[in-house]
Amino acid sequence: MLGRTASSLFWMSRYHERAQNLTRLLEVAYRGAIMSHAGQDAGTHWTFALANAGCDDRYAQRYDEVNIRNISAFMIFSKDNPLSVRTCLELARNNARAVRTSITAELWEAINTTWIEFTDVSQQSVTPERLPDFLAWVNQRAHLFRGALLNTILRDDGYFFSQMGNFIERADNTARILNTQYWTLLPDSDIADDGAMDRYQWSAILRALSGRRSYRFAYPNARLKAFNIAEFLILRQEMPRSLAHCYAWLADTAEDLAQFYGSREPSLDLAAEIFRTLSEKQMREIYQEGLHEFLTDIVGKNNQLAHQLSQDYNFA
Amino acid sequence: MADARSFFNEMLDESGRPRQPYARISEWLEEKPSNFLTKKSRDAETIFRRLGITFAVYGAEEATERLIPFDPIPRIISASEWRRLSAGIDQRVRALNAFMHDIYHRQEILRAGRVPADLVLQNDAFLPEMAGFTPARKVYAHIIGTDLVRVSEDEFYVLEDNTRTPSGVSYMMENRETMMRLFPELFQTHHVSPVEQYPENLRQTLESVAPDPSKSTQTIVVLTPGIYNSAYFEHAFLADSMGVELVEGRDLFVDAGKVFMRTTREPKQVDVIYRRIDDAFLDPLTFNPGSMLGVPGLFDAYRAGNVTICNAPGTGIADDKAIYAYVPDIIEFYTGQKPILNNVPTWNCSRPDDLAYVLDNLEDIVVKEVHGSGGYGMLIGPTASKRQIAEFRKILESNPGNYIAQPTLALSACPTHVATGIAPRHVDLRPFVLIGDQVRITPGGLTRVALKKGSLVVNSSQGGGTKDTWVLED
Repeated sequence: MLGRTASSLFWMSRYHERAQNLTRLLEVAYRGAIMSHAGQDAGTHWTFALANAGCDDRYAQRYDEVNIRNISAFMIFSKDNPLSVRTCLELARNNARAVRTSITAELWEAINTTWIEFTDVSQQSVTPERLPDFLAWVNQRAHLFRGALLNTILRDDGYFFSQMGNFIERADNTARILNTQYWTLLPDSDIADDGAMDRYQWSAILRALSGRRSYRFAYPNARLKAFNIAEFLILRQEMPRSLAHCYAWLADTAEDLAQFYGSREPSLDLAAEIFRTLSEKQMREIYQEGLHEFLTDIVGKNNQLAHQLSQDYNFA
Repeated sequence: MADARSFFNEMLDESGRPRQPYARISEWLEEKPSNFLTKKSRDAETIFRRLGITFAVYGAEEATERLIPFDPIPRIISASEWRRLSAGIDQRVRALNAFMHDIYHRQEILRAGRVPADLVLQNDAFLPEMAGFTPARKVYAHIIGTDLVRVSEDEFYVLEDNTRTPSGVSYMMENRETMMRLFPELFQTHHVSPVEQYPENLRQTLESVAPDPSKSTQTIVVLTPGIYNSAYFEHAFLADSMGVELVEGRDLFVDAGKVFMRTTREPKQVDVIYRRIDDAFLDPLTFNPGSMLGVPGLFDAYRAGNVTICNAPGTGIADDKAIYAYVPDIIEFYTGQKPILNNVPTWNCSRPDDLAYVLDNLEDIVVKEVHGSGGYGMLIGPTASKRQIAEFRKILESNPGNYIAQPTLALSACPTHVATGIAPRHVDLRPFVLIGDQVRITPGGLTRVALKKGSLVVNSSQGGGTKDTWVLED
């Protein structure tokens, strides 16, 4: 396979995953904003989304006011914002287009139709009332893309590279969301008097990672607790957006690549090392070392893995 | 030649009765309710859009990817008509390849005075770098799209030979796929020659011209300028349907006179490159040094016989509009036979007598830029305004060598679905030919149709559409 093809498959999946993560964040903020009680500032919900998407500075440079119209223009439709849903979908499609010969017709149709339909929608038609439906539609399209990928593409190196892109992006998203809100997840928060703000933030983090319901099932007493939430999203492999889950996939997929090519590369060892950390650590130890330090380290190693992978396999 | 206003109707004869190849279609069209084709056209558009069968329009920022309008009524050619056409095309492409071998070697046709030496040697499309080099099997143009127009029951003319990188074969194939989805019943009542073998034939052709054809597997690639090229869809389609890599220049490199592609593992040697980029961009070391599209050192690897480039560099000389007028002589010179297909009579404006005639008759003729394509830089006299003609006259007088002129042909017309129902619209035809160990002509081709009433311009960049082309079996 061409190095450039490997790179395009990696980024096709990565940008699609990113588009979906962005829509989840925006849905959560929207929900928070309309549920705000009197006296609370609805803007804090949007600020949460902007911070988690890594867009707060860029947003502040362009807009004075945090409101739904500006957010929607910037985070969904903007061509200039490299982290808008539109940009991610376009880049995902461009990468798919560059490797049309390596993906199936079903996968191409899924990604191409999403793009066509997305660009047919005018920004003005997505009024605040229609925003959640529109976001839910993008989210569904992302599921369709992923379903087409899992159900149709050959289990060869192309599949492995697209999986790496998917899970590196997902791990990054989870680690960053946890890191921007890490103080709400410190064990002290549990003792503090069930502050409404913390409860809201815990719930928002779980929602943003599609884990609110699963959390209830994973923890028998189902009560929101900082310790449990952190453990759930970092160490519990059965949670599909947890760091441990992402790294179980990444380590396996790296192993698959080594088998496919018959040689071990440094990226494989790195993925295995991060996976080992996540599967052997206890939450208590992580708190002792420092949650923020731990998450910062994971974000760094995750980037390093992406870089190493592109070195090992000649991503052009 | 018939008057442009009384054109040949491919479906109906002078008395309004359907001609034989169209008999069933004509009946079928009459049975259908009036909105039937409108609905089917919409279905077709959805299919094309979802599949991403698009072409890019340069300079149009918002609509960088467009669909070519698809007309759901097929263009039909009988078996006997096709036999004659394909014999003519076969004769023509063999002669053109012989011509290229000659002018890059002994130049006998120039010495015999059958083609003016200056016209070849001073031509930008003539590559001195190719002199003395013989490509595998002496084939220069492996993939040719011959543009034909019909003016009467028996008369076809060749408009152009397209020996560089002819486009449109993906439309030929997707048009057929779409027709089979939309109108399965028509394929049960007509014996239509299949076109689906084209990718396999292309692969066989490319394998047969590899530097060492005895190798059991040949590494073939399609070389594209990238996703922003107007024909990118076709490049991807061809690579995909042949099961080979679609590469850009940056994916290839030359080492020790051999061409390799950069893979996720070891570099892989490439045997045959089906390139869809122009000569000037192939190799910055030999040609345009500013080009980022090509591969440094490629031309040396080619001349060393380590890789085959299809079509060969320098094939543009064979479809140059100034050479065109001499193709009948070229055919006679190399085959000893009369041409089966006619050339359109052509005035070469670099000759004073021809120029004088052209200037006197601008209202009646078509003037084309020698190196132009896509319907740009031309004057269609009968439909041009007085002002356009006056402006063009000045341009022509200032640089006559840049132009040729031809009479306006009465292009045949096919029934076409338009806003008001079904009406005749002018068409041309581009069949596709492959030349390697043998000559393979796919029965069919791309029919382009001028959708505007009375228009003779069928180019997609000028708003033309396409139709599926059926060659019937006996």
